[in-house]
Amino acid sequence: MTRESAHQTAGLNWKRELALSLLTALWLGLLTGPLLVCRLNPTDGSIVYRWPLLFYVAGGGFILSSVWRLLLARRNLRRRRAEVALQGPKRTWVDLLLASRRRCQGLWLVMLFLISLPFWASPYTVNILITALIYITLGLGLNIVVGVSGLLNLGYVAFYAIGAYTYALLNYYFGLGFWLCLPLGALTATILGLLLGFPVLRLKGDYLAIVTLGFGEIVRLLLTNMEVTRGPRGLANISPPGLFGLDLNALVKPRLLTWLPLDPNMDMNKVFLFFIMLALVVLTILAVFRLENSRLGRAWLALREDEIACQAMGINRVRAKLTAFALGATWAGLAGVVFASQVTFINPTSFTFMQSVMILSIVVLGGMGSIPGVIIGALVLILLPEELRAFADYRMLLFGAAMVLMMVFRPGGLIQSVRQVYLYQPAQPPDKGQS
Amino acid sequence: MSFGGLLALDQVDFQIGAGSITALIGPNGAGKTTFFNCLTGIYIPTSGTITLNQPSGPRQLHGLRPDQVTTLGLARTFQNIRLFNDLTVLENVLIGCHCRMKAGLLGALFRDRKTRAEERAMAEFSYQLLDRYGLGGAANELTKNLPYGAQRRLEIVRALATRPSLLLLDEPAAGLNIGETRELEDLIHIIRERESLSVLLIEHDMSLVMSISEQIYVMEYGRVIARGTPEVIRNDSRVIQAYLGEEA
Repeated sequence: MTRESAHQTAGLNWKRELALSLLTALWLGLLTGPLLVCRLNPTDGSIVYRWPLLFYVAGGGFILSSVWRLLLARRNLRRRRAEVALQGPKRTWVDLLLASRRRCQGLWLVMLFLISLPFWASPYTVNILITALIYITLGLGLNIVVGVSGLLNLGYVAFYAIGAYTYALLNYYFGLGFWLCLPLGALTATILGLLLGFPVLRLKGDYLAIVTLGFGEIVRLLLTNMEVTRGPRGLANISPPGLFGLDLNALVKPRLLTWLPLDPNMDMNKVFLFFIMLALVVLTILAVFRLENSRLGRAWLALREDEIACQAMGINRVRAKLTAFALGATWAGLAGVVFASQVTFINPTSFTFMQSVMILSIVVLGGMGSIPGVIIGALVLILLPEELRAFADYRMLLFGAAMVLMMVFRPGGLIQSVRQVYLYQPAQPPDKGQS
Repeated sequence: MSFGGLLALDQVDFQIGAGSITALIGPNGAGKTTFFNCLTGIYIPTSGTITLNQPSGPRQLHGLRPDQVTTLGLARTFQNIRLFNDLTVLENVLIGCHCRMKAGLLGALFRDRKTRAEERAMAEFSYQLLDRYGLGGAANELTKNLPYGAQRRLEIVRALATRPSLLLLDEPAAGLNIGETRELEDLIHIIRERESLSVLLIEHDMSLVMSISEQIYVMEYGRVIARGTPEVIRNDSRVIQAYLGEEA
C-alpha cells in the first residue's frame, strides 16, 4: 500500500462524528422540548415541567445519531479502502456460506429439523411457521415479477386473495376439497395475472406500480361489495386439507401421543398443512431456481436490465412480461388456497395494501432476485414481529427503522443475488480447424 | 420515414451485398441511426420496403417487431453500450442465443433431457464464441466490471450469438483509442470471414471507415447524397461540401 492510501485508511474520525451527533441531539431537544417538557395541569392551571423527558429524547437522539454516523463513516471508509485495494468481486461471509460445499448437508439438517418440529413444538409455533412458509412462497412468487423481471407490482396481494377466495367460495358453495382447489386457485390467479398483464404491457416503473396498486384495490373492493363473497362478513368454516378422508385428530393423534413428545393440544390438521406447505415451498424453490437459470428466466433478466436491448436479442417482450406476471400470480394463488385452509375464515381485511407492502418488503429486504435472500427476508419479517410481541407498540417503528437502515447499508438486501457460475471444460480444444 | 411533419429519411435507396462491409456516414442528425431503427423494427417506416434476401427467398422486414427482425438474422449493437450490466458476460451471450433456442416454460420447470442438452450446447457455444473473440477468461465476470473496450467487444459478440446474416454496428469505435480502433478493424474483418456475414456500420472515425469498407453511403438531411467505394467518396464534391462546407 502506498503512503497515500495508508493515509486514507487512517481510521474513523470519532470525535467529529460524536460532536455532530451531540449537535443533532441538542437540535432535536430544542425542537421537541416545548411540547414534551411543559404540560398544563388542567385542574389548577399550573404548568408541570417534565425535564427527564427532554433528557430521554436528547439522549436517545444522541445515541441513535452517533450509531448512524459511525456506521455511515465506517461504510464510506470501507468503500475508499476497496477502491484503493481494487479487490475482485466482494465476498461476504454469507456468500461464502452459500457457496460452500457443505450447504447441501446443512440443508438436509434444516429439512430434518423442520420435519420433526411439529412433533415436539407448540401448536402456536407450528401455526406461525405455516404463516412464515406461506410468506416465503409469496415472496418467491413476487420475486419473479419484481426481483427477476423488474416489474414493480404493488397489487400482488390481489392474486393471493383470488387464490384464497377461489378455495373458500368453491368450498362454501360446492363443497369442493383442498386438493382440487389448489390447482384451481392457482389457475384462476394465473388467468387474472394474464388479464392484468395485457393492459400494463406498455407501462414501466412508477406507472406500472400505480396501475398494479389500483388493481389490488379493485379486487379488494369487489370482494368487500359483492354478494357472492358475503362482503365484509367473509366466508367461514373452510375445510382443512383432507388425507383420503382420514380424521387425523381422532385416528392418528392418539397413536403418535404414545411415543412422541407431541403437544396434546396440537391440531393434526395444522400439522398436515405444515407438511403440505413445506413441500410446496421446496417445490417453489426448485421451480424458481430452475426458471431463473433457463431461457425464460434469462429473458426476464434481460427485460429487467434493458428493454430495448432485450428486444434486439430476439426476445418477445410481450411474452416475457406476460409469463412473468402470470407465473408470479400462480404462486400467490397457491399460497392463497393454503392460507384459506389455515385460518378457515377469510374476509377482505386479510388482503389489504399493507399485505402487498409486506410481501414487497420481504423481497427487497431479503435481496432482489435472490432465493435464499427472500427466504431469510420472509423469516425475519414474519417471525421477528412474533418474537417481539413485548414491543408490540413499537413494532412498526422498529420495522421502519430496520428498513431504512437496510437500504442505506445493504441496498442489495440481506443476501445479494449471486449469478450462476458456468464452469467450462472443453471436451476438445475449441477453435479446432480454424487458423 | 417521417415523424409528424419532420421527414427524417427521404427516398433512401440502400443495398448491402452479401458478405460485404458497408459503411454509412454523414454529419450529426443526418438520419443514420433512424435508418438503423427502421431496419431493426424499432420504428416502422411510413413508406417503403425493406427486404432481406435469405437462402429460402426474399423476406419483407417492414412492420415486423424488433425480436422478429433479429430472429430473421439482423443483429445490432448500440451507439451507447446497452449490455445487461448486472449479469455475467456469459449470460449476456446466452441471452443472445435466446432466439436460437426452443425451451419453453415446461422445459424450464421439468428440465427434461432435451432442455438440458440445449442448455449445455448453448453454454458451450457461448463460451466458444467468447473465447474466439478474446473474452473467454471473463466469462463469469459481471459485465459492469469489464473495461470499456471489452464491453464494446462483448456487445458485438452478444450480437453474433443471435447468428445473424447481417450485423449492424452503430458507432462501434466511439470512445476507443487508436490501438483499440485498430483491433476493432481486425475484429470486423475476422468476424466477416468466420461468421460469413455482411456488416453495416455507422461510424465517424474516417480512417476506420476508409480502410475497412468496400462500399460507403453518405447521408445528409435524411437523403443519400453519395455512394461508392472509399476512393470515390473521398473525392466526391458533395461529400466534401457536406462535411467541410462550401469553399469560400
